[in-house]
Parts: sequence; structure tokens; C-alpha cells
Amino acid sequence: MGEAPAREQESAHPGDGVVVTRALTKRYRGGQLAVDGLHLTVPEGSVFGFLGPNGSGKTTTIRMLMGLIEPTSGTARVLGLPMPRSARAVLPHVGALIEGPALYGFLSGRDNLLRLDAADPTADPRTRRARVATALDRVGLTAAAGKKAKAYSLGMKQRLGLAAALLRPRRLLVLDEPTNGLDPQGMREIRTLVRELASDGTTVFLSSHLLDEIEQVCTHAAVMTRGRLITQGPVAELSAGARGRLVVTTPDPADAARVLKEQGVADVVAAGDRVTGEAPERDLAEVNAALVRAGVRVRGFGVERASLEDAFVALTGEGFDVAG
Amino acid sequence: MSRAEAARGASPLWTLGLFRSELLTTFRRWRTLALLGVLAAVPVLVGVAVRIETGDGSSAGGGGGPAFISQITNNGLFLVFTALAATLPFFLPMAVGVVAGDALAGEANAGTLRYLLVAPAGRTRLLVTKYATVMAFCLVATLVVAVSALVTGALLFPLGDLTTLSGTRIGFAEGLGRALLIALVVAASLTGVAALGLFVSTLTHSGIAAMATTVGLLITVQILDQIPQLHALHPYLFSHHWLSFADLMRDPVYWDDLTRNLGLQALYAAVFGSAAWARFTTKDITA
Repeated sequence: MGEAPAREQESAHPGDGVVVTRALTKRYRGGQLAVDGLHLTVPEGSVFGFLGPNGSGKTTTIRMLMGLIEPTSGTARVLGLPMPRSARAVLPHVGALIEGPALYGFLSGRDNLLRLDAADPTADPRTRRARVATALDRVGLTAAAGKKAKAYSLGMKQRLGLAAALLRPRRLLVLDEPTNGLDPQGMREIRTLVRELASDGTTVFLSSHLLDEIEQVCTHAAVMTRGRLITQGPVAELSAGARGRLVVTTPDPADAARVLKEQGVADVVAAGDRVTGEAPERDLAEVNAALVRAGVRVRGFGVERASLEDAFVALTGEGFDVAG
Repeated sequence: MSRAEAARGASPLWTLGLFRSELLTTFRRWRTLALLGVLAAVPVLVGVAVRIETGDGSSAGGGGGPAFISQITNNGLFLVFTALAATLPFFLPMAVGVVAGDALAGEANAGTLRYLLVAPAGRTRLLVTKYATVMAFCLVATLVVAVSALVTGALLFPLGDLTTLSGTRIGFAEGLGRALLIALVVAASLTGVAALGLFVSTLTHSGIAAMATTVGLLITVQILDQIPQLHALHPYLFSHHWLSFADLMRDPVYWDDLTRNLGLQALYAAVFGSAAWARFTTKDITA
């Protein structure tokens, strides 16, 4: 996916990311530290997965990036300009879906979009109806456009929220949990849409608590937990960080475990007829040969690829549960 | 994806799109229409009641009731003045308090506020638009009362020349002109409550709480205005000079209380408008 064209930078600091935060911190009244010294860099043209359990500070970060919340300290730059100070210059180029859709229930889907577009003083009223129709079509809501929004299902509301983010060509899309409330078919459609947008060169900042979602669509990812950023980088590197595990299936687990330890495999665990361990740096064919030489009967031998989930567990030393 | 669109530059007039959208949104709400319906019904009720009571030839009011009520049987135009005098102390400001209180708190409650702000509506621009819309509602609400009263008055009672409070006679056309002027002054009398309601609206995420607080403040002020021991406070209560609009029915017009009323409304609008601005432009939007 990384074929996004390098676009001319309009930012004050060429080479910077589309989103750059430095020591970004938010302490709410009452002392709760929601975001703690965040250094985040979102490269231009990336599909950036922002990952963390519920309550880890993702939404607070997004609200600071969108100028809705004033940081306690630190800085945030979006499209090269400081937020929230430059909100009026930056936000017309940003489409956002924040913490789920919010609609005027007594207005039709189309009128909801017309209203949001009218709120943007840089949006041309002459093309408004056409742009609204295009956005509705893009998310598959054309048939339901005249229905009152309160009659929409959660999935339809989510789509309408997404349509609002697509009213104009955007340089950055911020999508906070965009597949929440969607059925598997809807989720797949949204992911396809995100890939399409990214291939047009739009940078997509996608927050999610679903690891496989991030793994499927994102080129880059950052992991947050309890208000702190644990890691960020290309998804491939992040999962590579947690090396895969060597798995040997054998009727002689005790012998296999001994041989594997001799061969320099760390963290060897035998469970039933499966013996697993951290894959060593050397050629695995040598390890297999050693097992066979020692008379271990091998049924299966291979490396299980590390997932982002393994990476996450390796980084945080904890499961992917809701932070307290 | 053309960048040309942005490059062509936005017209300053486009900024008015939000005001238009706000007006449409407000007046398409079922609640707004219900409030206007109640306001339209008041003059009809008063007119019918006067008509029934005076059906046997006796004079209406008998000294009680709202201003001008005893004159309605002679001239239907007086129903306009009576209806405004009857609705100004409570019905009109309550309706304005509901619309103003809900203006921002209601959007926060529904979550639509964050989408307006990232559109980006601009906080000052959104606040000014909301205040302008509430003022438009003040005007529309007052005109609804006045027009409903005029129609009811014309249907139930004779129209013609009328006698001013000073005893002089003026023609029907001039009377109509004064009625319009009075409606405008009544609408302007509501700008203080509107600013107060908008300020309350910036303090909370609950539209209902903001409406209730505004209407509660309105009632409190009305009660304070009735307590003689607090007379030192009275000139500063936004409702104190409200009924001065009757002075427009004098000949010549007696301006002192009218200007005091309008000055006081401007003061409330300035104070609570600034407070609302200070609050809304610095507030964390977490809803």
C-alpha cells in the first residue's frame, strides 16, 4: 500500500509528518492524566493505526489534534500548523469521525450533511448539493438520503458520519473507531474505502482497539496504553519486533525440549506434543537436523508468525484489556 | 481531488451559510413550532374570552386584566397591545429561554457540537450565529403573537381610528404602524434574556438543564421585581422596564422608560454575551 504519491509539502516544516506532537500532555480538571508526554509522528501518505485499549487516551489525543481540547502542555502540529491555534486554516483539509457519529435526528441524512458543509466557511455553496450527493454515494447511503436520521441504524449513522468526513477532498482523515457497530460486511466495505482513500494519497489516521483491523489496513501504527505511547513505526517492523515462535510437534516432547535448549532456543515450553520456543537467529534447518540426529521424531516443524497482538503483549507485558 | 477549489479562495459571504442553516434547523424543530403555536394561541384565547364576556353589551375587564384589555371591544387593534402585554412577562421570555438555553448545550448533548467545530465552524462564529438566530426567534415569536392578535381582533371586533393613552385620536394606519413599532420594541426587550440563556447554554452539556436554569432565572427575576424592599435592585433587573412599550401609545411618545429598557437590554447582551464568548472559546469540548 505504500505507493502514496509524495505530495508537495505545504507545511511550514517540510519533511515533518502530517501530524506531529511533542510532549503532548493533557491533565483533566480533577487531576486525571489522560495523555502523558506524547511524541507522535504520522508520515504523509500513511495509513496510521492508533492502537490502544479503551480508556488509554486515544480519543483525548484526537480531540487535542482537532482543536476541541486545549493541551495542558506540549505542542501538536497538524498539516504543519500548530493546533488549536490554526484550526480555521487546518480543519477544512481534515475530515474527522470522532467517537462515533452524532446526527440531528429530525433532519434527513442529506440535510445533516448540508448543515455540516454550511458550517465550513471555505466550502463552496454552489457545489454543496453535488458534493453531498457524491459523499452519500461513496458510503452507499444514496437510497436512504431522504430518511430522517433518527430512523437510521447504527451502521447507517456510522456511514453518514464517514460521508461528512468525505464532503471535500481532504489531506488528512481522522477516523476514530470507524467500524464500531458495523456488521462484518460493513466493516469490509469501510476498510476497502480506507484503502481507496489512501491510494489517492490521503493520509488516514485510524484509531482502533481491534488489532486485526490495524494489521489489515495500516502501513504504520502507534500503540498507546494508560496515556503513554509505547511504540510507533511501520506495522511490519512492529510485528517483527516480537519475533515468531518456533513450534515443534513431536511424540518425544522431553527430548525435543532438551535438544532445542542445547541449540540455543530460549524460553522453551513443552505442552502435550507441542514444544515451542523463541526462534533463534541461526538457520532453522540446522536446528531441525540436530533434532533428527538426536533421534527425536518430528511431526511438524515451523515458525508461527508474530502478530501485532504478540507485539502488543510483548511491549506492555499485559493483555489487551480495558485500562482502569 | 482538485486543490484548485481551495485555491480559488472562499467568498466572505459563504460565512453566512451557517446562519442560514441555523435558521432552517431551528425553525424545522418540532419544539420551536410548538412554542410558536402556543404563542399564537394566546391572543385567540384572550380575544374569544373578551368576546364572550362582552356578548351581553357589558364592558370588558372591569379594571382588571392586562393593559388595554378594556379597549378591545371598541377596536380590535388593541388586542395586539393586550396580547403583547399578556405574553411579555412570561410566555415570550420562556420561549426565548428554551431556544437560547438549548442553543449550544443541546448541540453538546447530541454530540453535533464537535462536528460543527471540526467542520470548522469557528467558536466565535458559531456563538455569534447562535445569538443572531435566537434574536431572529425573538422577532418571529413576537410577530407571531402580534399577527395572531391582529387577525383575531379583526375577525371578532370592529377596526378603525383609535384613542391613545393620552386621549388624542390617531388614524388606523398610524395605529398599525405603532403596533409594529411596539412589536419591535418587545422583541428587543427579549435580547437580554437571550444573552443570559446563551451564556447558561455554554456552561453545561445538557440542553434540558440549560433551559430549566434560564427559565428558573426568569421566574426568579420576576419575583424579585415584585418585592418592594428590593427596589434598589429593580432598575437592574432585565424585566423591570418591559411594560414600558405602552408608552409608545402616548401622544407624544414618552421615551424615558423606553430608552432605559433598551439600554438595559444592551447592557445584558454585552455582559452575558462577553461571558458566553469567554467561556465558549476556551472550553474543552469533551461531549
